[in-house]
Amino acid sequence: MAVESNVVDAAGPYDRAKALSAFKLGDVTFYWITRLSAISVLLILGGIILSLIVGAFPAMKEYGFSFLWTQRWAPSADPPVLGALGPMYGTLVTSFIAMLIAIPVGLGIAIFLTELCPQWLRRPIGMAVELLAGIPSIIYGMWGFFVLGPFLANTFQPFMIKIFDGVPVLGAIFAGPPSYLSLFNAALILAIMVLPFITSISVDVFKTVPPVLKEAAYGVGCTTWEVVRSVVIPYTRVGIIGGVMLALGRALGETMAVTFIIGNSFRISSSIFAPGTTISAAIASEFAESDGLHQSGLILLGLLLFVLTFFVLAAARLMLLRLEKKAGK
Amino acid sequence: MTDLSVSVSANGHLASQQPLPEAPAKVTVRNLNFYYGEHQALKNINLTLGTNRVTAFIGPSGCGKSTLLRIFNRMYDLYPGQRVTGQLMLDQTNILDPRLDLNLLRARVGMVFQKPTPFPMTIYENIAFGIRLYEKISKSEMDDRVEKALRGGALWNEVKDKLNASGLSLSGGQQQRLCIARTVAVRPEVILFDEPCSALDPISTAKVEELIQELSESYTIAIVTHNMQQAARVSDKTAFMYLGELIEFDDTSKIFTSPTDRRTQDYITGRFG
Repeated sequence: MAVESNVVDAAGPYDRAKALSAFKLGDVTFYWITRLSAISVLLILGGIILSLIVGAFPAMKEYGFSFLWTQRWAPSADPPVLGALGPMYGTLVTSFIAMLIAIPVGLGIAIFLTELCPQWLRRPIGMAVELLAGIPSIIYGMWGFFVLGPFLANTFQPFMIKIFDGVPVLGAIFAGPPSYLSLFNAALILAIMVLPFITSISVDVFKTVPPVLKEAAYGVGCTTWEVVRSVVIPYTRVGIIGGVMLALGRALGETMAVTFIIGNSFRISSSIFAPGTTISAAIASEFAESDGLHQSGLILLGLLLFVLTFFVLAAARLMLLRLEKKAGK
Repeated sequence: MTDLSVSVSANGHLASQQPLPEAPAKVTVRNLNFYYGEHQALKNINLTLGTNRVTAFIGPSGCGKSTLLRIFNRMYDLYPGQRVTGQLMLDQTNILDPRLDLNLLRARVGMVFQKPTPFPMTIYENIAFGIRLYEKISKSEMDDRVEKALRGGALWNEVKDKLNASGLSLSGGQQQRLCIARTVAVRPEVILFDEPCSALDPISTAKVEELIQELSESYTIAIVTHNMQQAARVSDKTAFMYLGELIEFDDTSKIFTSPTDRRTQDYITGRFG
């Protein structure tokens, strides 16, 4: 017996070391799998940028920086004249108007859902918002083309044009004639498409506000509006801006729905009821039948969108940093 | 701790001293029942809070003391499924009246919470915020009010040079005094303290207790506490609650020296709870 137990004792440490080394191997494998996954993101990003630059190079060489401020887009002229001003303008304006509409409405829905909504209504509205996010963009495009566009052109647009006729700046922004296909229609569709992003992220961050903080605000006699404005929104500011940025990124790059209803006109008009185009709409509608310099110009447009999105997101991040500094955190 | 109680007794009325004479009722509770859904959390509560007196509520966890406090300013109204029956008067106002303006009620009945709850804004704004809800006053008047409130919260000397710093940058004890100052700033009549010292260190606790004593000269105070020494130190009257019932309500000195009910005696001597 004594001998046997000695053997067992001696075998013990040996087995343990072996088991541990097997664990160690697993750990190293795990580490490399996660590391490779992370590195692959950088590789993919780098590859996309590189191929964009290579593809855009002929156009860059041909047009240089004048590509940025040329409005004319005549790919079939000889030699072709290409300028990105129209699509860039359209991209920024549609996204701006879309955010102008979607931020207040999205926050409003989120506030209603978290602070005011009776329990039984909460699920239906919450689910409707999620469904809105799940509708494919081509459906938005068709709906915008067949339903929303005609509706706006027959009702809202004439109304606005009539009201602001003759008013200095606004008269030019809301100028006629009404159109089924316009920057404004595209912006409205974009607003509907990004609404769920803003709402669902805001709902999530609103839920992180400690109940006792809200009670304290109610405790000094705040109304719900005052609690939301002075406590809930400042407390969740960072999260809300994150949601807005995600929505903005989506709005800048959205293609299918916008291509349907923006009218694909490269001419810049002061009126938001005039047709226009965005970078992604221009690429989507022309890429299939392009070649040579024209194709290279479209790829350069794509590169521009990439840079534009990057700068918008960087600016947002900077703003966030300054806000945090101001709040004394 | 002996040091603390001596310093408190120097400027306040201690339980060991003569009980103060009966004060006119500020808040009157009659046959009050409270339900969380089906569960009855308070059973037939009857008591009065005397004007400019400190009333302490003690009892084991879950006995309903915080629940009772949260009825005084209708805080329970924020949550569905909670309801109350009975009568609750603040002077001549029926607190339970469903048509009552809750914002005005909460201006009259302020509340200080278990954890410090500074708003995410500057120290100055934390105070000015509440005042602005009810009054439109000039900048200089507002400065005065903020200073007065911060002095009232015994915090002025510590923060007067950094009024524009975030309220969140203060220490826990300072934050709690900021919350008291914020409550005082809107000039309430009653102040409810829900375990105001449970998240504070002993020195901050002593400061807050001292403050409660001073505040009782101008405000009617109700305080929920788990700390029986605290109840004995700061209050004039003490209510002992157990399982949703008010077991005993009397002068603090009487509760802590010769309670009439067996359960009160067991609780204050530490036999349960």
